Amino acid sequence: MAEEDALKKQADLVRRLKQEKASSEEIAEQVAKLLEMKAVLSPEEGKHKFVLKTPKGTRDYSPKQMAIREKVFTIIIDCFKRHGAETIDTPVFELKETLTGKYGEDSKLIYDLKDQGGELLSLRYDLTVPFARYLAMNKITNIKRYHIAKVYRRDNPAMTRGRYREFYQCDFDIAGQYDAMIPDAECLKIVHEILSALQIGDFCIKVNDRRILDGMFAVCGVPDSKFRTICSTVDKLDKMSWEDVKSEMVGEKGLAPEIADSIGEYVKLHGGLSLIEQLLQDPKLSQNKLAKEGLGEMKQLFEYLALFGISDQTSFDLSLARGLDYYTGVIYEAVLLQQPKE
Amino acid sequence: MHWIKLMFPKTSCRRQHLPIWQVCTQRAFSSHLPNQVTDGRVDQPSPQAEAAAEPEGLILRLPKGTRDFSPKQMAIRENIFSTIVSCFKRHGAETIDTPVFELKALLSDNWGEDSKLTYDLKDQEGELLSLRYDLTVPFARYLATNKVLKLKRYQIAKVYRRDQIITTKGRYREFYQCDFDIAGKYDPMIPDAECLKIMHEILSALKIGDFLIRINDRRILDGIFTTCGLPETKIKTVCSSLDKLGKITWKEVKNEMVNEKGICPEVADRIGEYVQLHGGVCLMEKLVQDPKLSQNKQAMEGLADMKLLFEYLTLFDIVDKISLDLSLARGLDYYTGVIYEAVLLHQQGDHFKESLDVGSIAGGGRYDGLVTSLNPKWGEVPCVGISIGVERIFTVLERNTGSWETLRTTETQVLVAAAQPNFLAERMKLITKLWDAGIKAEMFYKKNPKMLKQLHYCEERGIPLVAILGQEEMNNGVVKLREVSSREETCVPKEKIIEEINKRLGK
Repeated sequence: MAEEDALKKQADLVRRLKQEKASSEEIAEQVAKLLEMKAVLSPEEGKHKFVLKTPKGTRDYSPKQMAIREKVFTIIIDCFKRHGAETIDTPVFELKETLTGKYGEDSKLIYDLKDQGGELLSLRYDLTVPFARYLAMNKITNIKRYHIAKVYRRDNPAMTRGRYREFYQCDFDIAGQYDAMIPDAECLKIVHEILSALQIGDFCIKVNDRRILDGMFAVCGVPDSKFRTICSTVDKLDKMSWEDVKSEMVGEKGLAPEIADSIGEYVKLHGGLSLIEQLLQDPKLSQNKLAKEGLGEMKQLFEYLALFGISDQTSFDLSLARGLDYYTGVIYEAVLLQQPKE
Repeated sequence: MHWIKLMFPKTSCRRQHLPIWQVCTQRAFSSHLPNQVTDGRVDQPSPQAEAAAEPEGLILRLPKGTRDFSPKQMAIRENIFSTIVSCFKRHGAETIDTPVFELKALLSDNWGEDSKLTYDLKDQEGELLSLRYDLTVPFARYLATNKVLKLKRYQIAKVYRRDQIITTKGRYREFYQCDFDIAGKYDPMIPDAECLKIMHEILSALKIGDFLIRINDRRILDGIFTTCGLPETKIKTVCSSLDKLGKITWKEVKNEMVNEKGICPEVADRIGEYVQLHGGVCLMEKLVQDPKLSQNKQAMEGLADMKLLFEYLTLFDIVDKISLDLSLARGLDYYTGVIYEAVLLHQQGDHFKESLDVGSIAGGGRYDGLVTSLNPKWGEVPCVGISIGVERIFTVLERNTGSWETLRTTETQVLVAAAQPNFLAERMKLITKLWDAGIKAEMFYKKNPKMLKQLHYCEERGIPLVAILGQEEMNNGVVKLREVSSREETCVPKEKIIEEINKRLGK
């Protein structure tokens, strides 16, 4: 009975939306939902066309796509194995409480399972939290593992870009206490090896460090409370010009223009060991303990990258500021240098 | 740096005597790829802050009926999958993949009674979704959606059922299925025979012990029921009782049919006369001659195809493991023709008895109407297939721990080590040469590691070679290559090290 009531309510909603001349997208969405509910209640009535598709944001892989995918995964896994990694697997869903509070605002994008009288469950959102849960549950202090699996996010797929709600992640992590920067350097070597082997074109790996960023903000006079919000603006430098970024900092985030200018002097810098040396001598930065620590380790890192033969494709880039929530030290991001032709 | 501790703050502090361990974690590939939605999130409290504010007594556990796979279990699993996939490929199959959830309306319609065992997703103002219950319905949907008329495909993926959990029998709520199906209109029984041949090949190759493949046919069963006077409406429910015949006696089954399902005792008795029969070709001959059954068109059709199948199975050389078993009913509604199930046998005295502990380890059948039911305008796409119960096989094989002890979880071939302090740079240079030459190599993440620890690590991990650097070696322009198993050490000129390593690895 409850289902029939819900069906009636849905039908009323559709009628009302049409009367109010709501957007065609919204009407289509609610009509689809109505058809769905009808299909569940009375299976015979023309549900055929309706169910012949994959859920929104997901797709099938044809044999040809699978062949390509398998080839790509083989290249990636070969590299992980060449570096001595083991692999693990975790369930597709976790207890809802395991995922709660880990993703900030993104939590609204998590797929929850229906309460069917048992535990409350959610589909995994990434592979990092399950990894942390695995380590904690099994009291593991050292492991080098890769994990290739699908994750789930209820993103609103932009129609043109074909973004998916179910998609693969290929993660590699080294957990354990080791001497500074050696495992970090190996991670970058792995990124380099994989991107080279996949032959997708020229790329550059941008490297920065949270301590350097925070130190830089401090010496420029950014108030502590604004660190993160300014970070997110700085992060847009890869898509917007400095003028626009400065404008956002001053106009939207209430930063004094002089402070913004100071930041501007730093974040436009990128280079290699010589830049790091230069910054270590910088009169302001060298006074900041955090920045000095970060720069000292960055120097160490770049020396290792030279030994690993990958200096050419790495760049110490002060404008890199991404996803700082749980990062505590070095951060990096690889970008393709040439956009593929449309 | 207490990253993990910040994520799960109450765990490491639970007991006083446990040290608070610090864990440093680096990412090579960030999970936080450019996120489409979230520039607004910066003003939210960080996950760390929120995690620290979580209620007391947060217990870390897995959802019921699921499990993690450790590196060792993954190595075993990978071994099993590679045997299975080789067999599928040997028979010319392609592979596809489908999403982990489907529209609820698709699934609830095709799993009948079992749909109360599906995991549903919460209605979050989008589509109503359910996690897939098997790989067959998604396969049929794939065929219908893409208007495919012929396809021979395998798919290995996890499926989800809110079923009773019996971990000792390998019964979980999240578990792998390995499916192989042939879709398309072909001459009768040839693809069906190949499916059984594949099942036989795989179960033999996995070396799990002796097994038996029971086969039957829906048409024969339906014919028997009709001949015995069973009303059509009771067929489904009688099938589900019959299915229990391996685990309980006929008396108990008859009891259930009569007392719980309202079947007339005489009808039950008549059914009993047939379904307790099993055998080979002779049984079939006998049934074809049966005065009552030979009047039933469906049964005769089924028996004729069964005869053909047995001929083919003989040509495929597997008939000694096949038994026509009239009590085999198999759960799912969508089977229309031949059905089969493989069970493990164990030796009891002179003869083999069915191993009841894990239940069936593979199954399948023909299902000609499924694709049409999804897309009636597209025409018929008959299908036949098998599903390997790999979790149950995994459980059986995991028990033989002896055979897995030497199975490695990594494939590292060389450990680049140093005998003395201050050789980090040299180790890095050498290991880069090895990696660039495709050699699998590791080195300790310590500036000055201890030799003994490095050697122990090799023994633990089964790493066959150690490339040792030291002052003497540097001075002489050599690398000392040590074979871990024999402990023999040789000095190899630097320029020849890769050649020598490849030689030792037998490339």
